[in-house]
Amino acid sequence: MATVNIAGKDVELDEEGFLTNLADWNRDVAEYMAKEEKVDMTESHWEVIDFLREYYDEYQIAPAIRVLTKAIGKKLGPDKGNNKYLYELFPYGPAKQACKIGGLPKPTGCI
Amino acid sequence: MAGPEFEVPTLTEYTDVPKIKPGAMAHVKSFVAPQGPQDFLGYPFKLGEDWKERAIDKMGDLLGKYRSLRVFMDACVHCGACTDKCHYFLGTADPNNMPVARQELMRKVYRRYFTLPGKIAPWLVGAADLTEDVLNQWYNYYHQCSECRRCSVYCPYGIDTAEVTMAGREILNHVGMGQKYSNEILVKVQKIGNNLGLPGPALEDTLLGLEEDMEADTGVPVKMPLDVAGAEILLVTPSADFFSEPHVDSLIGYAKVFHAAGASWTLSSKASEAGNFGLFSGNYETMRKVAMRIRDAALELGVKRIIVGECGHAWRVAYSFWNTLTGIGFDGKDPFSIELQQQLDPRYPQPMHICEYTWDLIQKGVLKFDKSLNDDRVITYHDSCNVSRGSRMGDEPGGQFEIPRNIIKAVANNFHDMAGETIREGTFCCGGGGGLLTDDLIEVRVKGALPRMNAYNNVVQKDKVNFLALICAICKAQFTKVLPYYGFDRGSVGGVHQLVSTAIKLD
Repeated sequence: MATVNIAGKDVELDEEGFLTNLADWNRDVAEYMAKEEKVDMTESHWEVIDFLREYYDEYQIAPAIRVLTKAIGKKLGPDKGNNKYLYELFPYGPAKQACKIGGLPKPTGCI
Repeated sequence: MAGPEFEVPTLTEYTDVPKIKPGAMAHVKSFVAPQGPQDFLGYPFKLGEDWKERAIDKMGDLLGKYRSLRVFMDACVHCGACTDKCHYFLGTADPNNMPVARQELMRKVYRRYFTLPGKIAPWLVGAADLTEDVLNQWYNYYHQCSECRRCSVYCPYGIDTAEVTMAGREILNHVGMGQKYSNEILVKVQKIGNNLGLPGPALEDTLLGLEEDMEADTGVPVKMPLDVAGAEILLVTPSADFFSEPHVDSLIGYAKVFHAAGASWTLSSKASEAGNFGLFSGNYETMRKVAMRIRDAALELGVKRIIVGECGHAWRVAYSFWNTLTGIGFDGKDPFSIELQQQLDPRYPQPMHICEYTWDLIQKGVLKFDKSLNDDRVITYHDSCNVSRGSRMGDEPGGQFEIPRNIIKAVANNFHDMAGETIREGTFCCGGGGGLLTDDLIEVRVKGALPRMNAYNNVVQKDKVNFLALICAICKAQFTKVLPYYGFDRGSVGGVHQLVSTAIKLD
């Protein structure tokens, strides 16, 4: 556990750097997390993060990889609707790294 | 999550026994479970003043309950046959990762408190007090064992190291040092129904999306039914199959097989997980609770058959333990055990592995394939530990080795096995089994994968292999993560039913 000050606000993170309180998320938090992860946030990253958050609001879980790639493919074209494109954006793995930056809980299990 | 810096081992033609490096992995400590999951599972979340008494009491309890554990504590003669059999020792060179030494961490404490010579003359018999240092060593090194049981194959006394590791972890749970990764999952599976925490509506949405994809790809309306009462078959599969790549391609493969066979089948949102992490700490009660969800779902849906998807440890629990956990072997008078026994179709093995099901249909000529569709793949097969050494498949001894290979050969033209001593009952663990598939143990996972990566590299070089097929969700996730460290493409791993999915003809 650690508390960090992000843009003037104290935010609590767990051992793995995920938010303890999901309500603490905002764009500054995302930028902070991305920097920690050595990810340069571009419009393309934000498109993924925004979709993750919308999906989470509805289903209380991050979208499955196929759900995500399909949504991205529909929006940005079939050449981007695949796992490879997501790994280019989030090299440690889209599921965990994008969830962290997007302020979602870490997905667990055999993934 | 960028992860710690460490040196990735170099691939070699043979996996040499390394020169030992004492303490090389002493710094690796998996995150300890916080209060939430520990409360839920009925464990403390920090060391209390009485931790030592609790630990010794629990050890005594386990020794009394499991005769095997006492035999394993007493029987070892330190012959050393196991020393170079562990992938974690071979990959890390830390002598505490020799199975004999890892067990000795517990055995020396056992001698001190549970044997007469150890009580009166500990210095004569290598007995040692349980101190906080020893406890911390247990935590570190019992989370550097994947309970794969390869060492047990070579032990002249048949000592099952996995059982010692399980006991170690269970004692640690009881003093407030549970592992975050496994224990959080054990909460999710009991609260939500699966290890991922995928709620019913999300599962339904995901399956609908997959049905659309399959129809778009094949032109055939292949279904993924959910919670269909009266279906003949209940499929229980690891929740990673719904969520991740390459797991989902196997799920699509199962659905296509069921479709081609004209089977009546269903998934269950209540039992949307085959995995049972209760196995990893050997806690019977937890394992039973997790297994019970599947019995409840089977009774509610009224199914006649239970089939288990591609998951290694789930198959061990299903094949070896379901009967005594939740079936007629649990309590012959239990009305629900009796009801389930009467409900299930006695003409089929219960449970049945998805590979048994598919292979049976292939032999009967029900499924048709265009093998050339897999011609871009040169395939090898990785035997997963819990399937290989903890269970069986089919009617013949060794069926768990032959059936998956037979399926691959029926759906693809290019297959090559890896070196004999690295497959079948001598298979090397992927490096991520037994509750170690977590980012905080990435160094252990990468180094522990070395023997498998060496064997894989040899067939890559010699036979131009480009696809590592297997039937375990943990292995799939582990290799997807670890292959790139050794210079391989993460896309070169996938399930046996992914290959089935590619080649199967549907109409």
